[in-house]
Amino acid sequence: MPGEKPGVFDRKIREALSDARLQQAIYTATGRLKESRLNVVSSGVLPDYQELRTQANRLKQHAIDNLDFYLEQFQRNVEARGGRVVFCQNGVAVADFVLALAKERGARLIVKSKSMTTEEIDLNERLEHHGLESVETDLGEYILQLAHERPYHIVAPALHKTRYDVADILSERLHVPRETVIEKQTAIARGVLRQKFLAADIGISGANFIVADSGAIVLVENEGNARLTTSAPKIHIAIAGIEKVIPRAQDLATFLKLLARSATGQLLSVYTSFLSGPRRPGEIDGPDEFYVLLLDNGRTRLLADREKRQTLYCIRCGACLNACPVYRKIGGHSFPWVYSGPIGAILTPQFREVPQEPSLPFASSLCGACAEVCPVKIDIPKILLELRSDAHRHDPPKSQNRWEKLAFRAFAWLMRHPRAYEMAGRMAGSLAAADDAAWISRVPALLNIGPLRAWLSQRDLPPPPPRSFRQLWRQR
Amino acid sequence: MTPREDILHRVRAALGRGGSPPSPDPPAVRLRIPEVVIESRIASFTARLEALAGRVLRADTPGRAGERVREALGDRSAVASNAPYLEECAVTRFPGVRSGSTDRDQLRALCASADVGITSADYALADTGTLVMLSSPHEARMISLLPPAHIAVLPVTRLITGLDELFSILPDPASTTSSMVLITGPSRTADIEQILVRGVHGPGQITVVLVG
Amino acid sequence: MTSVSRRVSLFVTCMVDQLFPKIGLAMAGVLEGLGFTVDFPEAQTCCGQPAFNSGYPDQARDVARHFLDVFESSEAVVVPSGSCTSMIVRHFADLFRQDVPQLARVESLAQRVWEFSGFLADVAGADDVGARLDDVVTFHDGCHALRELGIQTAPRRLLSHVRGLELREMEPAAECCGFGGTFSVKFAELSGAMAREKIDAIVRTGARAVVSLDPSCLMQIQGALSRAGLNIRTLHLAEVLASR
Repeated sequence: MPGEKPGVFDRKIREALSDARLQQAIYTATGRLKESRLNVVSSGVLPDYQELRTQANRLKQHAIDNLDFYLEQFQRNVEARGGRVVFCQNGVAVADFVLALAKERGARLIVKSKSMTTEEIDLNERLEHHGLESVETDLGEYILQLAHERPYHIVAPALHKTRYDVADILSERLHVPRETVIEKQTAIARGVLRQKFLAADIGISGANFIVADSGAIVLVENEGNARLTTSAPKIHIAIAGIEKVIPRAQDLATFLKLLARSATGQLLSVYTSFLSGPRRPGEIDGPDEFYVLLLDNGRTRLLADREKRQTLYCIRCGACLNACPVYRKIGGHSFPWVYSGPIGAILTPQFREVPQEPSLPFASSLCGACAEVCPVKIDIPKILLELRSDAHRHDPPKSQNRWEKLAFRAFAWLMRHPRAYEMAGRMAGSLAAADDAAWISRVPALLNIGPLRAWLSQRDLPPPPPRSFRQLWRQR
Repeated sequence: MTPREDILHRVRAALGRGGSPPSPDPPAVRLRIPEVVIESRIASFTARLEALAGRVLRADTPGRAGERVREALGDRSAVASNAPYLEECAVTRFPGVRSGSTDRDQLRALCASADVGITSADYALADTGTLVMLSSPHEARMISLLPPAHIAVLPVTRLITGLDELFSILPDPASTTSSMVLITGPSRTADIEQILVRGVHGPGQITVVLVG
Repeated sequence: MTSVSRRVSLFVTCMVDQLFPKIGLAMAGVLEGLGFTVDFPEAQTCCGQPAFNSGYPDQARDVARHFLDVFESSEAVVVPSGSCTSMIVRHFADLFRQDVPQLARVESLAQRVWEFSGFLADVAGADDVGARLDDVVTFHDGCHALRELGIQTAPRRLLSHVRGLELREMEPAAECCGFGGTFSVKFAELSGAMAREKIDAIVRTGARAVVSLDPSCLMQIQGALSRAGLNIRTLHLAEVLASR
């Protein structure tokens, strides 16, 4: 808000904007992802793209509107296949379950595949605090775990790191010679992680979808680490937000076509795993134990609002980040929580009980590029508007926004009183310069306050015309 | 209240209803299966997989397919699955190819040291260049995953059009297997500077022999 | 041409009224040139979008009600802004969701409110309005015109018939200029950075003027061009079409 002292959010935005290398990295990476997506959703390549979006939106709406039914159906079917479903209210409940199971089985080493849901609850930190080793195995996530950072982007977590950053991180943390060739860096990580996979007691994954009629979870990835995580250790634990449920396996024909295209511009990701229960009699490998932890962590809170409920349709493809001119300027770490970009701007204030950053829903020009690319058609700008309105409703009475509130009341009054509106206009017009005056770069210090000052900090201002349109119209 | 009851209660309260919901009526399943002649399916599969740096080889008969595999292997060591089709192709009898393992730990050790994993595949998807692997006593998960290269041999009759046809043949894969994996090209990452690197955790090379 | 009245009302928007009156005059001139009788309901002010987009729906609703009163009897309303048009035809309905009688008024009026280039293309059926402008221009797609109203080809087709004019598309034309109403002052540095990104795209085309459908985008872009000391001007489509 104007006049407020710059908070953390403002500071981080400023830092990101002033880092030329970072600006270049974000623009290149998101630009490439944007273009890749466009290439595979164009009408020549996928004529029924819009129909698929509509179907995906309908399916998500239906699943969320009947969430209780599908969660119960999912649980019955997982248990019929010899797996177990555990409902968890929050991150503590998840960690407690994993810790108790690890203790019972004498497990010490956990391999993890990429999961935004576990980022949300700081699972690694919670487990390591109790003496377990929990290793991220997606290459980008592994690098970030070594660097003690959180993901910069939903699908390209280490987007902000150069090969030289990675060289420093690997040599410092793994005590290997400094290596700047990306193929060799990848081979180093592969070697270390391969040993972890083969020694791990437990594999923890997220879930891109959970399928009610099959009791299955679906994982989509490119590296193979999710396959290893879910198949090498004897215990597999999948952690999924309750909103990930879809009615039928057959609905994957819709969602899988949209997910990889929207995320990375692939027709399908390299590996799609459809997993239901522990290995069956006769199957040679696969886990002996299979658990699905269904996490609430704020999701039921936002379910109550019919309009904002659609936030839960998100399939975490990241397309809205790449399309967003704000994300492309300020990057992922400016956002107050693990979810960034347009989806982060609507998810964060709704998932968290205590608002992290009250101005977050205001950090958007409402350009609508996010809604345009969303494969499940979430109307993100509309939800941002609702959150803006909510933010004002919950403002403490003495908030710094009260001037703004007053200003908009005055605005609304003025706009309903055309004569007063015209008078106000004439008063401003009295400052007018000549008809063809130059744009204004600075104003007297007395006027250089508030929104005017903010505008002029970046741009010039149009000179007020000597006469308004209505005056000129009367003279015609 | 257990956490389960608590969460389901919150869900029902948020959705504005009391007890269990009525059986819902989901939107109709959307599967569109085009008519595509086999030669076009083969052409599409080949083009898609080659675009991902995979290789596609053709063979008229299972015997020929075995020869293709032997050529592709060279002097590399391999572990083969227990798929009957590989036996029909004589792949399991090649020197340097280990197969027949039904023990998890033994198989994993073999896979961790072999240069190549050889499997069949239950289906292949023409419009994406995808292999469909169902875990079973014949096909273990690790063979197509741990070795740095993967060779799959399958009859062209298993080459279907795409995802929609797959899910119409297998409306619920969970009734058949604990694990269905779709493999579309070699393992890859672009996590560092968006530079494509193949063979991160899974095989960096993939070769498919289509028979018939 | 669809069979509609030859009578149109101008809603010039508060921004054109107060800051850019020439755009309103140009629009009126083009419409009259096509044979329309143009009126200007004097009680008009604003569509309420500034309040709506800042999270004050109650205040926006008050302004919207005033708009409905002023334009209720108009047969067609033409607006020199994609953003304000979208506010009226798409978002008024959000404001009156709970108010059935008002909603009926909104839905009826929304049928008759047109963004300027959309009106020329869909109602007036005009491609060539007889304009001449010897200049090289690039076109900036305003976000709401493009993504909420689906207007993309109409302005380009109109430009293609302007004698002497060369259109050079910028890459990307559809990325936001960073204005966003109060966003431009609440997150001034971010908004400024977005504007400079847009300026770079404009400069890359070598065009000497930027054309758009929205005075607010043009204010943002001209403000940034002027601050950067670049000698590139901004023009509303109506000003281009009014050139002779």
